[in-house]
Amino acid sequence: MKIMVAVKRVIDYNVKIRVKNDETGVETANVKMSMNPFDEIAIEEGVRLAEAGTAEELVAVSMGGDGTQETIRTALAMGADRGIHVASDEALEPLAVAKLLKALADKESPDLIILGKQAIDDDSNQTGQMLAALLGWSQGTFASKLEFDGGHVSVTREIDGGLETLRLAMPAVITTDLRLNTPRYASLPNIMKAKKKTIDQMSPEDLGVDVTPRLTTLKVVEPAKREAGVMVETVEELLDKLKNEAKVI
Amino acid sequence: MNEDYSDIRSSVRSLCAGFPGEYWRRLDANREYPADFVAAMTEGGFLGALIPEQYGGSGLGIAAASAILEEVHLSGGNAAACHAQMYIMGTVLRHGSDAQKQKYLPGIAAGNIRLQAFGVSEPSSGTDTAALTTTAVLDGDHYVINGQKVWTSRAEYSDLMLLLARTAPIGEGKRRHDGLSVFLVDMQASLGAGLEVRPIKTMINHATTEVFFDNLKVPAESLIGEAGAGFKYILDGMNAERIMISAECVGDARWFIRKATDYANERKVFGRPIGQNQGIQFPIARAYAECEAAALMSQKAAAIFDAGKACGPEANMAKHLAAEASWQAADMCLQTFGGYGFAEEYDVERKFRETRLYQIAPVSTNLILSYIAEHVLGLPRSF
Repeated sequence: MKIMVAVKRVIDYNVKIRVKNDETGVETANVKMSMNPFDEIAIEEGVRLAEAGTAEELVAVSMGGDGTQETIRTALAMGADRGIHVASDEALEPLAVAKLLKALADKESPDLIILGKQAIDDDSNQTGQMLAALLGWSQGTFASKLEFDGGHVSVTREIDGGLETLRLAMPAVITTDLRLNTPRYASLPNIMKAKKKTIDQMSPEDLGVDVTPRLTTLKVVEPAKREAGVMVETVEELLDKLKNEAKVI
Repeated sequence: MNEDYSDIRSSVRSLCAGFPGEYWRRLDANREYPADFVAAMTEGGFLGALIPEQYGGSGLGIAAASAILEEVHLSGGNAAACHAQMYIMGTVLRHGSDAQKQKYLPGIAAGNIRLQAFGVSEPSSGTDTAALTTTAVLDGDHYVINGQKVWTSRAEYSDLMLLLARTAPIGEGKRRHDGLSVFLVDMQASLGAGLEVRPIKTMINHATTEVFFDNLKVPAESLIGEAGAGFKYILDGMNAERIMISAECVGDARWFIRKATDYANERKVFGRPIGQNQGIQFPIARAYAECEAAALMSQKAAAIFDAGKACGPEANMAKHLAAEASWQAADMCLQTFGGYGFAEEYDVERKFRETRLYQIAPVSTNLILSYIAEHVLGLPRSF
């Protein structure tokens, strides 16, 4: 089995996000960037399948500016065999990314594509689903467990009210939820080995994909500051405030 | 000096996230060796960073090793339990025979041989290394060792010890340092056969010991390099150690500064954050400026060391400036926290105690100053 994993470079989860003064977006200059945590889970799952002998090859792919190579290199240090970088300085929307991934899937013919369920920057939660639709493949989103038998994969999904298990025919698209696994940190020897692995570079034009944005961002602003709370003496006072001040009941 | 090792740093940070303040506090309270942390560092291959690839290490330089150690300290942890595994082997690598290198380096790189004890200081000779009195006398195919060492860190958690002992009396050679020799002692085989290790309780959780040699026999092939030339073999290792310790200090300083900044932003007194007061923010800003300056000297020393050039002044200045910066930052952080800084749960008091050590070990501030005065500035020797 051949696996393709998509990884995204995002602002590190530890960084306190700042909105740009001109309200066009969030500040990314001189900000620490990392691999999207759900994508780390996707890579980890691929590496585990390779270690178990279920997968023969694991390809990590990403799109974006120069820094993207660093994120692919992290995936290689975790255990991916090689990388593909689609270089683009455009702000890539989920549909554009899904189209690029489809083009890569057509070239690479993987049996399984694993993605994070969403990226922690825009929280779109769209790319995996769009990709499955464009490819006409089965999809198993929010996966917390994968089991393989022959040409099928059983995906345990975290849904409202419990767990649902789907049996999908491969090839398939999987998106990862938090509990699928705990990603490893790359060991020093593997970080060194990753420097020698290949990352193929190509452009959206090479893949015949138009990545022009279809959405226009009007304004990005900080969330409203939270007001300090008040202590209430009685249940009656609480109900009164909820009804008359907050107007929520 | 341009490489920032962000890939290595990020991996060490992830590793350290598994060992939060709670872990270090528990060990501190129980005076316990951080076995799980050391195992994780070993498994991650980080302790083999400086060992050439042909022996199973990663073949990196002091700058990369410094990045690893800085991250450990920046995470709130402490690398003292294992940093020597990274650099003591340097003496074997640079001065050992091919047979010794083949025998030991792969195991040290893999972590199944621990070489992290260095027997130098004695009760009556610390700084004045030449005055040490532990002797090694050649008797046929082995040496017989007698004497005592003190402040031998990690001896209980080491398979091998690098030992400095006299094979010829002081005064026999041209210089006082002549006649010192370096041995690689198999501690496991020696315990109970003339080697005794006694732990010393200290202000911080630092596994240090005193070590006694009573007619300990070691094979003649335990000698590293030539007999009598041992002092110069350990000197280059000392520069590496000073640079790496300076990186640990920078990590500590950055931890204190981050901790103090966060607290000064959050803690409200009289309805406003305490960090709004210049009396609070200026010491933090000063600590930051001094830390960044020390970090530059540390990086410069590492770059010179890695270029294979003499770096004595820079290594010493880096260690001095970084130890000053971390101690000033520690004091500032405790002051910023006020009474809460004394509560164990904030980790400030533990790190405060830990970082105080670097004014004294591995070399005291005064010794660095006299080195700079004499060897850099050309002032008369003061002792």
